[in-house]
Amino acid sequence: MTPPAFSPAGLRFENIEKRYGALHALRRLSFAIAAGECVVFAGRNGSGKTTLLRVAARLVRPSGGVLIFPGESGAADIAPIRPGFVAHATMVYDELTAEENLMLFARLQGMAQAENRVNDLLKEVGLSDRGASLVRTFSRGMRQRVAIARALLHEPSVLLLDEPATGLDPQGVAWLATTIRRLRDSGRTILMSLHGESEISSLGTRAIRLDAGSIVADTRTGATFRHILTFAGA
Amino acid sequence: MSLLPNAAVLLGKELRTEFRSRELLTTTVVFILIVLVLFSFTFTPTSDESRRFGPGLLWLAFLFAASLMLQPCFLREQQNDTLSALRLSVSDPFAIFLAKLAANTLFLLLTELLLLPFFALMYNVPVVPVLHWIIMVLFLGSLGISIVGTALSAISAQARMRELLLPLLMLPLLTPVLAASMEVTKGLFDRAPFVQWKGVGFLAVFDLVFLTALWLFGEYLLEE
Amino acid sequence: MGKNIVAAVCVFVLLGAAAYASFFIAPTDAKQGLIYRILFLHVASAWTGLTAFFICFVANLLYVWRRQPRWDWLGVSGGEVGLAFTTVVLVTGPIWAHPVWGIWWTWDARLTSTFVLWLLYASYLLLRTLIEEPDRRALLSALFGIFAFLDVPLVFGSIRWWRTQHPQPVVMGGPGSGLDPTMYKVLFFSWFAMLALMTLLLRQRYRLEAMRGEFETAQQEMETA
Repeated sequence: MTPPAFSPAGLRFENIEKRYGALHALRRLSFAIAAGECVVFAGRNGSGKTTLLRVAARLVRPSGGVLIFPGESGAADIAPIRPGFVAHATMVYDELTAEENLMLFARLQGMAQAENRVNDLLKEVGLSDRGASLVRTFSRGMRQRVAIARALLHEPSVLLLDEPATGLDPQGVAWLATTIRRLRDSGRTILMSLHGESEISSLGTRAIRLDAGSIVADTRTGATFRHILTFAGA
Repeated sequence: MSLLPNAAVLLGKELRTEFRSRELLTTTVVFILIVLVLFSFTFTPTSDESRRFGPGLLWLAFLFAASLMLQPCFLREQQNDTLSALRLSVSDPFAIFLAKLAANTLFLLLTELLLLPFFALMYNVPVVPVLHWIIMVLFLGSLGISIVGTALSAISAQARMRELLLPLLMLPLLTPVLAASMEVTKGLFDRAPFVQWKGVGFLAVFDLVFLTALWLFGEYLLEE
Repeated sequence: MGKNIVAAVCVFVLLGAAAYASFFIAPTDAKQGLIYRILFLHVASAWTGLTAFFICFVANLLYVWRRQPRWDWLGVSGGEVGLAFTTVVLVTGPIWAHPVWGIWWTWDARLTSTFVLWLLYASYLLLRTLIEEPDRRALLSALFGIFAFLDVPLVFGSIRWWRTQHPQPVVMGGPGSGLDPTMYKVLFFSWFAMLALMTLLLRQRYRLEAMRGEFETAQQEMETA
């Protein structure tokens, strides 16, 4: 088996806070995730899962606190860790083909041999034959595959998935589960936000429950997986 | 420095998207045409009158057209949250603005050049003898409109009533461009055409000031 | 409370003194008679408005840099107070123009530029009403405010150079018509009085905005607790 083209990395939230006006989306969150962990974040809508992932992706600027990727030296010549991010929105252009989309993001990230990389990825997500079709013509499942391909372009050591199974049919969910399992087993650190128990949630090595911007349960501190995922309380 | 290569790649995307559908260009061209026709009702387009009023009307038409044409600039990036994908992929967020303002300048310039012959015919103004100077002032003016308009469309995309808001924000800010461009164009349409270099210099300064401002503050416009 | 009343009284005394000076200390103008005295209000308001807008600009820069709500509060206060003074300029213009020239409005350089200035900051305030989330509103309006203020010299310059070609009535006389030294003193004193009024209004408006901000925060905290 070929060694991974990325170096494993974990991440650490230190007192991360995010306020939207007076709304406290994240309240002084502090936790650490080790390299290679596959963490499931559960919680009701509005509990802060999406905000947490967007902060980790560095899309959202926290109101306070620090996000650290241990191992990041901070030296000028070493690029900071860029997580791969898959959201509910596809984050690809409907008016371009799958191939054009991936080529665009590959070239933006300065990839050498972009074309080869794009072709490899299209094959990996099973879209080789639809590479020249406009994304507008894709089904939800296929769009999700393009989104995942986009996130994997730069071989990230950290993957962030925000409710990735939304809108997928059982076939799509099965494919997603297989893909995430493969990514997890290759040593990538994965953070996923999910709603409840499913084929996907069983892939997690750890679970954390969020409520109103705070962590209320963590399998690392004794809560059970099932309990976190099926918590039906206030 | 990956700013320029990134901007070039993104510019390619903007151009490819627009030339595939051509919806922005066609609607803008038709809009300006309508405005030019309607303006002709306001005075008698004899050669003399056109030389007096023509430049102003022309640039007003361009300004109004731009305030509509620039609406989708950042709105269309909200559709599938592609803006987030861009922010994740580029090292300098200014590349996003650079690409968009370059594309917008190009689109504006294209529509203006397409409409110039119509204007010349409808209003009896000779443009051929001074064509290269006209292109210069069209470029400088359109650049100013694009820089400001692109920046403001990032703001209006995040507010309510965005269709009305963008013109509201853009038009007062662009009065210097209107005044200067009009003046230079008037000089070029004169019976004895001349180049108003003061105006040209002023436009260049305006463009530089706002390009610098956008460079300094652009990333905050995209912040979440 | 007591400090407020003292401050307000001082300001009104200053304003009263400036008004007195405008009417009784400044020498009469041979051509225009009584009405020219509105110049002291007109020009002083213009300078004060610009000062308020400058304060708004600095507050905007500080907000973008530091992200502390109080700079947003100062920014909106500067914008509103500046707009109020600019409105006075636009109103006193026609009041002067009508008896002297027989027309209500003239597109002279200063009035036109002032009108554009007014529109710029009216847009700034309007933008604020169209963004609900407070941090977003503060950031985006600060950025627009910065752009707007950078535009001010460009607006004045371009209008002065290219919108005043043909001879036309100029409010308060053009650059040629000089002011008597006493008139200058009265003008600067009027400006000083106006600045005092501006400071008073800024403080009141700032306090109002601060209270509103804190109230909103407290309200939200209670709801989510």
